[in-house]
Amino acid sequence: MNEALRTSFSNIGYIAASVLFILSLAGLSKQESARRGNFMGIAGMLIALLATAMRPDFSGYGLLMAALVPGAIIGGILARRVQMTSMPQLVAILHSFVGAAAVLVGLATYLGHTAEMTRAEHHIHLGEIFIGICIGAVTFTGSVIAFAKLQGTMSGKPLILPARHLINLMMLIATVALGVWFFRASETAPNGLWPLIFAIVITGILGAHSVMAIGGADMPVVVSMLNSYSGWAAAAAGFMLGNDLLIITGALVGSSGLILSLIMCRGMNRSLISVILGGFGTAEGTASTATAAQGEVRSIDVNGAAEQLKQAKSVVIVPGYGLAVAQAQHALSDVVRSLQSRGVKVRFAIHPVAGRLPGHMNVLLAEADIPYDIVLEMEEINKDMPETDLVLVIGANDIVNPSAYEDPNSPIAGMPVIEVWKAGTVIVMKRGMASGYAGIDNPLFFRPNTLLLFGDAKKTVEGLRNALTA
Amino acid sequence: MRIAIPKEIHPGEKRVAATPQTVLRLRKLGFEVAVQAGAGLNTDLTDSAYQEAGATIVEDVKALWSGSGVILKVRPPETGGTFGIDETELLSPNSLLISFVWPAQNRPLLEKLAARKVTALAMDCVPRITRAQKMDALSAMANIAGYRSVIEAAQHFPRFFTGQMTAAGKIDPAKVLVIGAGVAGLAAIGAARALGAIVRAFDPRAATRDQVKSMGAEYLELHVQEEAEGKGGYAKEMSDSFLKAEMALFAAQAMEVDVIITTALIPGKPAPKLITAGMVESMKPGSVIVDLAAEQGGNCAMTRPGEVVTHKGVTIVGYTDLPSRVASLSSQLYGATVAALLEEVWKDNAITIDENDPVVRGSMVTHDGKITWPPPPLPIPTPVAPPEPGVAANTTKAEPAAAHHANGASPASASTIWVWMILAALFCVGIAWIAPPSFLSHFTVFVLACFVGWQVIWNVKPALHTPLMSVTNAISGIILIGGMLQLSGPPSGSSFTAAAILGAIAVLIATINVAGGFLVTQRMLAMFRRNA
Repeated sequence: MNEALRTSFSNIGYIAASVLFILSLAGLSKQESARRGNFMGIAGMLIALLATAMRPDFSGYGLLMAALVPGAIIGGILARRVQMTSMPQLVAILHSFVGAAAVLVGLATYLGHTAEMTRAEHHIHLGEIFIGICIGAVTFTGSVIAFAKLQGTMSGKPLILPARHLINLMMLIATVALGVWFFRASETAPNGLWPLIFAIVITGILGAHSVMAIGGADMPVVVSMLNSYSGWAAAAAGFMLGNDLLIITGALVGSSGLILSLIMCRGMNRSLISVILGGFGTAEGTASTATAAQGEVRSIDVNGAAEQLKQAKSVVIVPGYGLAVAQAQHALSDVVRSLQSRGVKVRFAIHPVAGRLPGHMNVLLAEADIPYDIVLEMEEINKDMPETDLVLVIGANDIVNPSAYEDPNSPIAGMPVIEVWKAGTVIVMKRGMASGYAGIDNPLFFRPNTLLLFGDAKKTVEGLRNALTA
Repeated sequence: MRIAIPKEIHPGEKRVAATPQTVLRLRKLGFEVAVQAGAGLNTDLTDSAYQEAGATIVEDVKALWSGSGVILKVRPPETGGTFGIDETELLSPNSLLISFVWPAQNRPLLEKLAARKVTALAMDCVPRITRAQKMDALSAMANIAGYRSVIEAAQHFPRFFTGQMTAAGKIDPAKVLVIGAGVAGLAAIGAARALGAIVRAFDPRAATRDQVKSMGAEYLELHVQEEAEGKGGYAKEMSDSFLKAEMALFAAQAMEVDVIITTALIPGKPAPKLITAGMVESMKPGSVIVDLAAEQGGNCAMTRPGEVVTHKGVTIVGYTDLPSRVASLSSQLYGATVAALLEEVWKDNAITIDENDPVVRGSMVTHDGKITWPPPPLPIPTPVAPPEPGVAANTTKAEPAAAHHANGASPASASTIWVWMILAALFCVGIAWIAPPSFLSHFTVFVLACFVGWQVIWNVKPALHTPLMSVTNAISGIILIGGMLQLSGPPSGSSFTAAAILGAIAVLIATINVAGGFLVTQRMLAMFRRNA
């Protein structure tokens, strides 16, 4: 095969890979086609690899194998071992790899570039390298911090330095200054390595610091934002290498992450900007004048709750992250089956921000063998609430808090919530009377149709299962 | 103590201040009740029905009035009737009168009542506070007037209110515009909706928006910032710029709708003229206007109070006695509010006027020989208006066309979109200015890919967002291509250049991403199953 032909084949391969990636994402729109979508993604990736390997200017096969094989093995092991509850951590650490790779590719491009260019092209190229490296560095350190927070090796509480916005601004200005230095130094020969390394360090600190300032309930947004960043990093690498496949894929991933972040922000009625700036769940966020919920709470024991479940015609279960933490989803699955065999209509209601990742609760319920067609979105289930006999809230608090609608001073005012209080009876499983992730009181507990079922979620759900099967 | 229920002498007035039902209630309080013979005949209430309820029937008007300590009436006392007597003259000193009084328009009446040392409680002056809702005769009557206004409109409208698809062709639903969303306006909206019409409503008070929507009508918006809520939940007069915008809205609506029902009143002032002769002429022939403000001069320039007139094919209904046209129900509701107010001053079997009671003080217009109207002002809370996110711009230009899509994009978000569009355009010009062609072709690809991604991702079910993240994670490992391109050193030298080593590390970690991402997605998707 001559060189021209190899180049053509390689380009055609890139087009095929791009199309396959788009089809892969489109396939994820429905559960039925999702698996096919994943295979298309794999096929696209293989084609992209082959197409690159057959380029006439490619010769490093030995190095390629030396890198590909261990990478694939490590990735395979990670994927096999990970607990479904730990998905957020895995996603976060994988983002950091993309960020790191983008930094390395940028550096390598800078050191290795030899091609002849016009002056304007040269400038653009330098800009692409610099921006790509900065995005990569922010993604890398930000993801590492997000991983540490989700894993629990680092406190989930937001770290609020005094004048943190000023610090961030200073770092941005410093990065721009380094960029100017980098341009000057690289005018004739690639002598800009030092400003480049400084820029990596500073943007790295910037990424870490900005994620540290975000905490608590905003973590899912952070992970989706980092997903978006990792896409933009890949796209920037595509620009510096003049590779359209990288640009397309990066743009796809970037918009995907952005959309997920927007969806999550809507779920919390907050703006993307306010989440990125951080500081929620801290003194400035919760020192509100929200009226403290007061009154009598009524409690119920496991047997009483089981009795209520048996008598209900339609039951909606609202799971929160507490369910996953307690590992109670498998026992819950048995409870659901037992109720279904008694002719009770059981459905699940998932709030957009339940769990630690967009769609996390769906994955956890699927893992527990709960069919996806009884798992509904908030909008779908809210209209059915008045006709529901019994709602079982497990490990969720803020997403069922009526003060979002009723108390304009509440920190979650205006956030869409699952309107459980409209159902006949609400049973809330709780460890104690502590407030939720956002640190606010929940007047739901004091409603006349609310019953509290105190205890560890796993033990309680197992108790329910035993009472129902006995 | 005896209560007298005289027959109303105002021409055309069919209501009566008590029905057999409320007579029972009054007797339970310990009153004797005397009803003038034939008092309820116009509402199909016979004397024997009153007698069954325990009332005595009195033929002689003078004996009825003079022998009673409490007089319950609908209309203010006036001169007329078959005997041509002045009812005020019939009141015995120190008696209690409860009726509509309209003290602002009836100053001479107040003076006469004060001169006769009568304590008069005006049903139209009961303050609008929560405790006094059961005595709110105005709202009760307004509700009836609102309902009846739709019935009158339907009577004069030569088509259906509802839309239908029949074998003989399609029947379009009538479009009804209700101006003023007070009690009468809301009742009109409800009745018109129940008949199947498409209903729109306008009210300058922002707080009414949700009430209008809750009745199933579209709320027409004016994009002018002015709060029309006056004291005590009534409307106040508006500024010129607001009025101009409002008139433009009405003019546009008049050409479109089939029925207009106006209910706009400002306390103590003549009704605002909202529908001009020109607007009436611009309406389709056969259209109907029902003017509930006719008694106060009318909201429509062509209204003749008490009459139905036709102007260039448009019927204008100016009845001032709509509640009286539903006399049976009106009498029942009015009687109940009167009885509730009487209970307020009836303590330990005696009339006790407690001037510290805001309800009593507010409605009391004469007492002890003095005119006690107007009462000292009460601090009446106005309902908190919900914040208006859409109306940020303080434009004075009305946007009647946009008002039809009140739920659409608000001006604030529209202006942000414009700012972004302009910024994007500037950015594109800048890029075109400095960038070489090779960059532009890549840039094209980038922008298009962003749009494709944007379109495709919104279709992803929220339930699959975690798999979506892991897949995008895997495919962002495509950066390994970038690493691969660095692996081949310069053709002459060694392949282990710094660039090649960095590239190889990049390939290694990106591959972890690719393999890990795809495999974990596969694992997750395998778990999703349908209900067997």
